Amino acid sequence: MGNRIVTARELAPKTWLFEIEADHIAKRGKAGQFIILRVNDEGERIPLTIANRDPARGTITIVAQEVGKTTEMLNALDVGDEIHDLAGPLGKPTEIPTGKTVVCVGGGIGNAVVWPQVQALKQAGNKVIAILGARTKELLILEDEIRAIADQVIVTTDDGSYGRKGMVTHALDDLIDSGEKIDEVITIGPVVMMKFVCRTTAPHGIPTQASLNPIMVDGTGMCGACRVTVGGKTRFACVEGPEFDGHQTDFDELITRLSYYKPEERASLDHHHRCKMDEAARALDRQA
Amino acid sequence: MSDVDKPKKRDINKAKTKVPMREQAPQDRIFNFEEVPLGYDENEATLEALRCIQCKDKPCVRGCPVGIDIPAFLALVGERRFEDALRKIKEKNFLPAICGRVCPQEDQCELVCTLNKPDKGREPGGVGRVERFLGDYAMEHDLTITPVCAAPTGKKVAIIGSGPAGLTAASDLAQKGHDVTVFEALHKPGGVLFYGIPQFRLPKEILVREIDGMKEMGVKFVMNYPVGKAEPLDEIRARFDATFIGTGAGLPWFLGIPGENLNGVYSANEFLTRVNLMGGYKFPERADTPVKKIKRIAVVGAGNTAMDSARTAKRLRPEVVYLVYRRSRLEMPARIEEIHHAEEEGIDFQLLHSPVEIVDDGTGAVGAIRCQEMELGEPDASGRRRPVPIEGKIKEWAVDTVVISIGQGPNPLLTADCPDLKRDPKKGTIVIDPWMRTSYPDTYAAGDIVTGGATVILAMGQGRKAADSIHRFLTTGDPADPEAGQGDVCGNLT
Repeated sequence: MGNRIVTARELAPKTWLFEIEADHIAKRGKAGQFIILRVNDEGERIPLTIANRDPARGTITIVAQEVGKTTEMLNALDVGDEIHDLAGPLGKPTEIPTGKTVVCVGGGIGNAVVWPQVQALKQAGNKVIAILGARTKELLILEDEIRAIADQVIVTTDDGSYGRKGMVTHALDDLIDSGEKIDEVITIGPVVMMKFVCRTTAPHGIPTQASLNPIMVDGTGMCGACRVTVGGKTRFACVEGPEFDGHQTDFDELITRLSYYKPEERASLDHHHRCKMDEAARALDRQA
Repeated sequence: MSDVDKPKKRDINKAKTKVPMREQAPQDRIFNFEEVPLGYDENEATLEALRCIQCKDKPCVRGCPVGIDIPAFLALVGERRFEDALRKIKEKNFLPAICGRVCPQEDQCELVCTLNKPDKGREPGGVGRVERFLGDYAMEHDLTITPVCAAPTGKKVAIIGSGPAGLTAASDLAQKGHDVTVFEALHKPGGVLFYGIPQFRLPKEILVREIDGMKEMGVKFVMNYPVGKAEPLDEIRARFDATFIGTGAGLPWFLGIPGENLNGVYSANEFLTRVNLMGGYKFPERADTPVKKIKRIAVVGAGNTAMDSARTAKRLRPEVVYLVYRRSRLEMPARIEEIHHAEEEGIDFQLLHSPVEIVDDGTGAVGAIRCQEMELGEPDASGRRRPVPIEGKIKEWAVDTVVISIGQGPNPLLTADCPDLKRDPKKGTIVIDPWMRTSYPDTYAAGDIVTGGATVILAMGQGRKAADSIHRFLTTGDPADPEAGQGDVCGNLT
């Protein structure tokens, strides 16, 4: 089956990077595309963006933050373990311009997606400025990797523990005000952040692509769980996206849709924790 | 047919109606996902098989999309030679346990059966029921009737999509000695048989077993491999001597009315996938994919998928399940048996109502479905009477969930990758010639990706036809069947 984990590295609390053997995805994946994985035979299908690829080694890199049962179980895996199911590459690749100045605005786990975008944009001969946001210093991920390739990196933290204190939109505002000629902005991160990035660029008429992260089930256009409204039209993010014109995107609808299963996600995680505790109790019983 | 002795005249069971099949009672079955019809036992199957009068004309064989020698297998069952009967079916159909359950026999073999005289109160032979019995018999007795495969030809065939068309083509080609690999985008093989058809109509264990049988024949399965994304079609074609596309109709349609993106609105595909493929009804104990707790649900549409959705919903124990359809009962496209089962289970049919809006409950979730009352007018292009709005008559039902089941189009995941593969400009379906060949000479297509949306058995019939063509193409270089008559050709390329 393959899908063997060859590297597992904790980037920040509850945030892990995995390098996984997946030859065909390594060969054919492009920046902006994603994979869908399951961790066991009862598992949910969850989409994760391809953060890096190494076609020579036949590996892909993903970054997962623990938010529910599946990501918690994923992050418990280690080198040598296999991912039960791994399908991809899915979605449309990021449209990469040439010879332009592009600002990539990432927030939180979104910086994992900024990483391949910066790489692809640099390879195509663009000037790339990355604005990387995090709540606090220890949650900032992949700064070194992105710094190694971007022309300029601006870091912001909400609490000012590192880089500039404040939101990514403040840094973006200042960059625009500084007279930097920006041809395009690509943004990926929490939906609220993307909404405000788009609000920041709209008055200046800067084309802005937002990478959307709706709930998906199959990821192949079959179910429509991932539908988003862009320019008043319903689009399937899994096959027509995940990147869309941020100025046309209905972010509020996306926020509502993302919240629909919150109680179930909570219930699933609680159930998982109870099972783990029961198991631990049984193990103790056996010892005693 | 020397191996089948015809039953003597005195053996024939002259009963006018089919041997009844035991069913789970509606009041029990709505609380579980177990199968509804319980199947025949050996005696019941034998008795039913003996109703076949072994007429000379055999209209049933022509009525079967895969041409099973129906009188022959019924005669064998009549002699209680169940294993031989199974072998007889498997000459033409390797999935009897599935087809016995999901084929619309009443429109095919049983419709044309010589016995079928509704005006005289005489029912046709229960072909589907006996076929199902044999499939189940094989499972209960752990009989693996793997067809004998011809000597390896050294030719490699890629099958894209593991639904009914793909599975049929794969098994036929493996039987003819070709080296077959099936590629599937999802994590389980079976396509619509897995994600679409509910457990209570087709237990997944049956499907898994049939696919295991194919693996024993040497068919290779590659899961999680969305061709077109994981590998371009052109590269697949370069690696294989012939390619078959059976990617189905996996693109759900929505109504295009206000409120369709509210929380709680599902396509039938999503709803059924969550429950069937992902096992959502076992959440959170034995499956991680949730289905919302439903109180009041409306399913929009009246095809088989709508019935499946409504009956699946019923088993999630809501207060009420409405089925909303803009025409009348007469025009419902679902099988009569499915409509009947739905009614028995207490699905509340709201006919002649067309949804105009899904109403927000104030939190971004479904609060109600608002419908326009309709009446039937003149027949439209489909020959069915056209529903016409009755002015001013608007009705609203309070619901928290809406499932849209109004059909689907061909899945573009693969075809988007090969823009020069000839497609119908309007429907997006792949265009084929009379031999199921696409505009690429080494590539064939069948099933819903060609028809736009039909039944499992039609997809299987087409898969068989494509497999025959591929076999001829691989052995002679020409897919055309020199012995075929005019009526044998299908295809939409003119």
